[in-house]
Amino acid sequence: MSTQTIEHAGKGVTDKAHRSLKSKARGFSDRVIAWWFIAPTILLLLAINIFPLLWTVYLSFTNSRANQPGRAVEWVGLRNYERILGSADIWGYMQTTANFVFWTMLIQTVLGLSLALLINKNFKGNGAWTTVILIPMMLSPAVVGTFWTYIYQPQTGIFSHAINFFVDVGPVDMIGSVHLATWAIVIVDTWMWTPYIMLLCLAGLRSIPGSLYEAAEIDRANAWQKFWYITLPRIMPFLMLAVLFRGIENFKMFDLVVELTSGGPGSITELASINLKREAFEKWKTGYSSAYAVILFVTVFGLGNIYVKALNKVKS
Amino acid sequence: MSDLSRAKNKRPWLFRRGPAEGIATMLICVGILMLVQPFLMWLYSYSFITILAGTVSFMIVSHFPE
Repeated sequence: MSTQTIEHAGKGVTDKAHRSLKSKARGFSDRVIAWWFIAPTILLLLAINIFPLLWTVYLSFTNSRANQPGRAVEWVGLRNYERILGSADIWGYMQTTANFVFWTMLIQTVLGLSLALLINKNFKGNGAWTTVILIPMMLSPAVVGTFWTYIYQPQTGIFSHAINFFVDVGPVDMIGSVHLATWAIVIVDTWMWTPYIMLLCLAGLRSIPGSLYEAAEIDRANAWQKFWYITLPRIMPFLMLAVLFRGIENFKMFDLVVELTSGGPGSITELASINLKREAFEKWKTGYSSAYAVILFVTVFGLGNIYVKALNKVKS
Repeated sequence: MSDLSRAKNKRPWLFRRGPAEGIATMLICVGILMLVQPFLMWLYSYSFITILAGTVSFMIVSHFPE
């Protein structure tokens, strides 16, 4: 080490010691000052995240009704949970949610992976196409929901015209039909979020070293073998991550479906989150809906744990 | 054999982070399947407690050493 470096390092140490002494002189240690800096964030987190969560857990054991503030709140124990977990209606809403999550995940994964494989090829305008494909996921769900209701209009909407261009079936009412409404929301969610899956798959594809494919070429592997034995195992953690993230998001899907169908026709597209909002802010069963929210929260939190595990796997 | 690997071998299989996290993850997945399956009502009724058990055990075992 040169004399100059030693002098520089020595100066740094002296400065640090001087600063520390200065703060100690004011009566605060470095640790206390660090706590002062992070205290506002912690307080904000406690006020807007932790306290409401604990309050919801408390309310879930009561018969509270938010629209009757003067009414005495009674402790009902696990009765709200028993009612929810014994209700065939809520079981049905959970199945509707699972149906929506399953189909969106399946279609988005297949399309996202296919698009990523296409975009990964070097062709003219590759960058421009990537940008165009990514546009839907940058839009607000409320905006997407609103303009897809126009697209789905049976008389004037472009979707009905497009279907009739190929098959003459007359006006197609996607949102009003009991059989088609679920597919209407699946199509819109797929249109909006396939680019996200594509983006993560593309990151996985770009991380595969070219030497692996060169070695496979030497071994005379065909295109399918290269995909099955090199590409797929290498991008699997990325794909898992994308599917888990979208799965969690779609499990608590609210805005897009409310804009498109509001849970209708009847309750065909009423997802658990929409039903929860109805119980909480239309029927004002606050205690009951708090228990409902806790059940959904624990489910999403459990999925979140798996997501973090997958994330760590990708990192490593 | 190094001290570290000897210490690792002393810890029972179930109390190592990897397998324990795997079991907790499995419990969460089974609970979610029970929640959304359309066949048996009693499976739906016991789904929440299964997910809760899986989630809590995941939080505990994620602090176990590797």
